[in-house]
Amino acid sequence: MLKSLPVNSVWVRQRDHLLQVRWLRGFFLPVVLLVGWECLSRLGIFPPNLLPAPSAVLATIGQLAASGELFAHIAVTLYRVAVGFLLGGAIATVLGALTGYSRLFSDLLDPLLQSLRNIPSLAWVPLFILWMGIGETSKVALIAVGVFFPVYLNLMSGVQNVDRKLVEVGKAYRLSDLQLIRRIFLPATLPAYIVGLRSGLGLGWMFVVAAEIMGSSQGLGFLLVDGQTTGRPTVILVSILLFAVFGKLTDSALATVGQRLLFWQDSYSSQTH
Amino acid sequence: MLRIEQVGKQFQNGFIALEEINLEVAQGEIVSLVGTSGCGKSTLLRIIAGLSLASVGAVYVDDELVTQPHSNVDLIFQEPRLMPWLTVRENVQFGLANVSPLEKNRRTQFILERVGLAQFAEALPRQLSGGMAQRVAIARALVTQPSILLLDEPFSALDAFIRMKLQDHLLDIWADDRPTLLLVTHDIEEALVLSDRVIVLRGTPGRIYQEFAIDLPRPRKRTDAHFQQWKERILNSLDLSLEQRLAVEA
Repeated sequence: MLKSLPVNSVWVRQRDHLLQVRWLRGFFLPVVLLVGWECLSRLGIFPPNLLPAPSAVLATIGQLAASGELFAHIAVTLYRVAVGFLLGGAIATVLGALTGYSRLFSDLLDPLLQSLRNIPSLAWVPLFILWMGIGETSKVALIAVGVFFPVYLNLMSGVQNVDRKLVEVGKAYRLSDLQLIRRIFLPATLPAYIVGLRSGLGLGWMFVVAAEIMGSSQGLGFLLVDGQTTGRPTVILVSILLFAVFGKLTDSALATVGQRLLFWQDSYSSQTH
Repeated sequence: MLRIEQVGKQFQNGFIALEEINLEVAQGEIVSLVGTSGCGKSTLLRIIAGLSLASVGAVYVDDELVTQPHSNVDLIFQEPRLMPWLTVRENVQFGLANVSPLEKNRRTQFILERVGLAQFAEALPRQLSGGMAQRVAIARALVTQPSILLLDEPFSALDAFIRMKLQDHLLDIWADDRPTLLLVTHDIEEALVLSDRVIVLRGTPGRIYQEFAIDLPRPRKRTDAHFQQWKERILNSLDLSLEQRLAVEA
């Protein structure tokens, strides 16, 4: 997929070397903080009933994993985020493309969607429970609402900002509307679309917490509530830690796919990577 | 053959850009439209390209009325306008339709060698210099083997040295298939180096003011005394004040 000029091998080696160093850099600060935290806990400066030591959190992860409970929680949460992301992303893709491409659709739809966007996420919760009950449907719907807006907004403005001059080249070559979309609008919109998907996924992770706190018997959000009601701060920390890990992992996966697709971009970061 | 009959253009805001343009360009002829900015020369080119419609009058390409981009007409813009996500090869093939894959590759390879970019076939636009990118644009236009090639100030964004090289290069490639070239420029030297005929547009709305058949032998030398005389005549025809002259000559 990556296309580039032949480059001399010395330069390639240097680049690989740099990449590895850069990859490790991100671990530096977390490790220092964890070690400091562990020390302060062992010295008794952090009270264990409020802020347990990292080793205690790790032990809890071990226990939860041994009983198999942990994987069930992770699986349920990942499943909810995935379904909500796909659903919200798909609807946003259709509507964002339509409002970006057609003035008529934009005039009809955009004012309504922009006003819905200003409703705080938690305001939907009672309504969704009323409509869809406390089960999976209302949770997935809430996550989909969260994912929808960033994807919709970014895609719409991406389509609207496609370079008129490139579109004109397509017209000069007598491309049909469908060909114009496939050969010019799609690739030209991709950078904005990927930004939208990434922030949509980020909001998906936020909304899954709201959805799981409002009533569930499984999931990482449930662990938060469970840890609080049973007075186990380690469980709360396990949940927070896993949200951080999976949020980061899914975003990195999306970012990697994005970079692969956008190999052609002439940006500042594409030169320094 | 290209025929322009009584073409005029009024924009929606009421501004009249062109009036009563009549012009015939024979197959294989090279014609330049020169004029100061705002005389409507680019508007005329867009009408011929089918990207904009004339308010009155008609444009015929090979006796067909132009209402949309014509398949025998290709266009080179002021900027290269390459698709940044396509390689040089894919950009060159962008407008090639209805051609077998074998023929497509053969033609692409040929034209890439012709513009001296064969070893950059897999490069991306961001890796090219301005002059190289404009050569890709020339290749993209010529690979379709148009009978008419329209050029809208194609070298004006490039520095003087590269501009001269590309002008000579264009003539060299032109000799392969000898398409009709219709060039819009504000660079009188460029018009003189390339053209059989130079047409001066003047005024607002723009009208054809004067026409010159350039009888200088080819290849033309920019330093030649006759060349300089021609330059003087066309500058006089444009009737520029001194400051405007300095701007045009610069």
